[in-house]
Amino acid sequence: MLTYFSKRLLFMVPITLAVSLICFSLVHLSPGQPMDAVVSADAPAEVVELVRRAYGFDRPLPVQFGLWVQRAVQGDLGLSVATGRPVVLEVMGALKNTLILATAAALIGFPLGMLFGTLAGYFKGSLLDRLLTGIAVTGVSVPHYWLGMVLVIVFSVHLNMLPATGAGPGASTDWAFEAAYLRHLILPAVTLSVIPMGIMTRTIRAMVGEILAHDFVEALRAKGLPEWRVFLHVVKNAAPTALAVMGLQLGYLLGGSILVETVFSWPGTGMLLNNAIFRRDLPLLQGTILVLALFFLALNLLVDLAQTWLDPRIKRA
Amino acid sequence: MNAEAPLVEIADLTVRFRTPGRVVHAINGVDLHLNRGEVLTILGESGSGKSVTMRALMRLLPSRRTEIRGRVQVAGRSVLEMSQRQLSAFRGKVVSMIFQEPMLAFDPVFTVGDQIAETVCRHEGVSRKAGLDRALELFQLVQIPSPERRLKAYPHEMSGGMRQRAMIALALACRPQVLLADEPTTALDATVQIQILLLLRRLQKELGMSVIFVTHDMGVAVEISDRIAVMYGGRVVETGPVAEVIGNPRHPYTIGLMRSRASGGMKGQRLDAIPGAPPDLSDLPQGCAFAPRCPQAGEVCGASVPASVAVGQGHAVSCFQASALVDRADAHVGSGVP
Ligand SMILES: Nc1ncnc2c1ncn2[C@@H]1O[C@H](COP(=O)(O)OP(=O)(O)O)[C@@H](O)[C@H]1O
Ligand SMILES: [Mg+2]
Repeated sequence: MLTYFSKRLLFMVPITLAVSLICFSLVHLSPGQPMDAVVSADAPAEVVELVRRAYGFDRPLPVQFGLWVQRAVQGDLGLSVATGRPVVLEVMGALKNTLILATAAALIGFPLGMLFGTLAGYFKGSLLDRLLTGIAVTGVSVPHYWLGMVLVIVFSVHLNMLPATGAGPGASTDWAFEAAYLRHLILPAVTLSVIPMGIMTRTIRAMVGEILAHDFVEALRAKGLPEWRVFLHVVKNAAPTALAVMGLQLGYLLGGSILVETVFSWPGTGMLLNNAIFRRDLPLLQGTILVLALFFLALNLLVDLAQTWLDPRIKRA
Repeated sequence: MNAEAPLVEIADLTVRFRTPGRVVHAINGVDLHLNRGEVLTILGESGSGKSVTMRALMRLLPSRRTEIRGRVQVAGRSVLEMSQRQLSAFRGKVVSMIFQEPMLAFDPVFTVGDQIAETVCRHEGVSRKAGLDRALELFQLVQIPSPERRLKAYPHEMSGGMRQRAMIALALACRPQVLLADEPTTALDATVQIQILLLLRRLQKELGMSVIFVTHDMGVAVEISDRIAVMYGGRVVETGPVAEVIGNPRHPYTIGLMRSRASGGMKGQRLDAIPGAPPDLSDLPQGCAFAPRCPQAGEVCGASVPASVAVGQGHAVSCFQASALVDRADAHVGSGVP
């Protein structure tokens, strides 16, 4: 187990490097000069040259990359062009909000998906199954931003029950675990939870159906286990795959909330990315994507390890 | 016949499966009994209803799509009338089953030891520790080498033969009164098959178990059983003591089975497979199910299903032609049917 763990950890090094390289290249792949956002087009040549040197754009690319990585490792992702604040601070603040939103969405979507999927799998072909599968398919196919706006119209505009935008009272960006803030969390979290709910429902339904068709389920009944104990066996068999799907979905929730965060003005990484793109704030864009990518990698590693631990058939060499 | 009531008694058992578009008549009026301490073999081609009969005995068939009729008595209790609760207390405790494919019959994500302990805990209300102690005892009983270590193995970490030994250990965990073995050696290599058969025979003798053994292999049946019931098309067509049925087979199907078997001593003899195919269970003929393939079939055979007729000591056959011979020979039977 330990050797497997260290192997996986070692494997992370080249992947992380590759991810960093891609993030770094974004600056040079995007149209226009990286300087365009900093200095105005009609600035004198000396000024441009000065700023070029200050940002290190005069060095050869590999050197620039090396320096960038070196600083990134020390937690320095440069300064945001738009605000002048360190990118790390901007990203971490936004990441916290995104994590709060993603966790809330996962807490709604995963249990519902598991419940629906298990019920649909156990009663495959029944009316209940068709109803739940219908909900799941709708959840997966309905567009985020549309659902978000419908919810806002219903619950904020017409019923006036919940706030439409922001993370808390008075455009605050520092979320706190309090009723006033929780109210702001409900609509975006529900909107965001719909896709993982649908995907979990469908995955678990298929898996439970497949597990129930295995001979060992009959053998468990044949040795006299009551149905709830058979169910525990089904759960343990489903756990590794369910976990993998949840990990992946959590990753998507982190990165995929751009639209929802924008609709609800939720101050997370999605909105940050959105802003960075529109303001051509390249250091911010770079930093945000790098942090999100690393987060995704770490999540994958965790899921992998948990899977190995849960399923004895996966080799632990 | 024994004075005491048989341990297992199946009377006029009918099982039908409703599948989309058609009804499968899997079992069509089976009568069977098993006495205490006896080994009964159910012999028949694949699809003849052997496994369904075993599952009906434990009421393991999917309840939503299955229609079961008739009487199934085990140790004086009526299986078809039990509540779910009684049923789960009965399964594994009074009757237990060894499955054909041990690899598929164990849950892959639990250790074998835990799965045996689980059964013991469930029926005897003991701790997991006591359950594992019992599992160790059972592993020694079924002669699994280095049993302590094997208890912690997952099913995929064992060889086929060892898995089947573990399956036997699991089936014996709560000292059941009846053991059902559904083709326990079919999925194994020939050499391992023999070892498992010898083990089962030894355990049966030592523990005085009552066993229903299912096979499609006549050699295996001869090896292990006291009595044989031959099944065809969801019916028992011939039943009797091994020596009687093998030495003096009366039903044309049994005779066909004997002929189609390559027997070691008779080199050069042609292997006669029974011509034709097994019946379509969703469209059974009106009369004897074997009639379309039977070399002796007459007009009467297609008209109605023959009743079971005694042709010797505990030997009965369901065949118009065979019982007609008996009538002519005036009850007692000498030579076999050609
Ligand atoms: N659950 C089921 N649903 C529909 N048909 C079934 C089911 N189980 C068994 N059958 C059918 O019943 C017949 C007898 O099967 P089985 O008892 O398994 O035969 P075997 O003698 O080979 O063990 C077969 O035709 C099989 O297809
Ligand atoms: Mg079978």
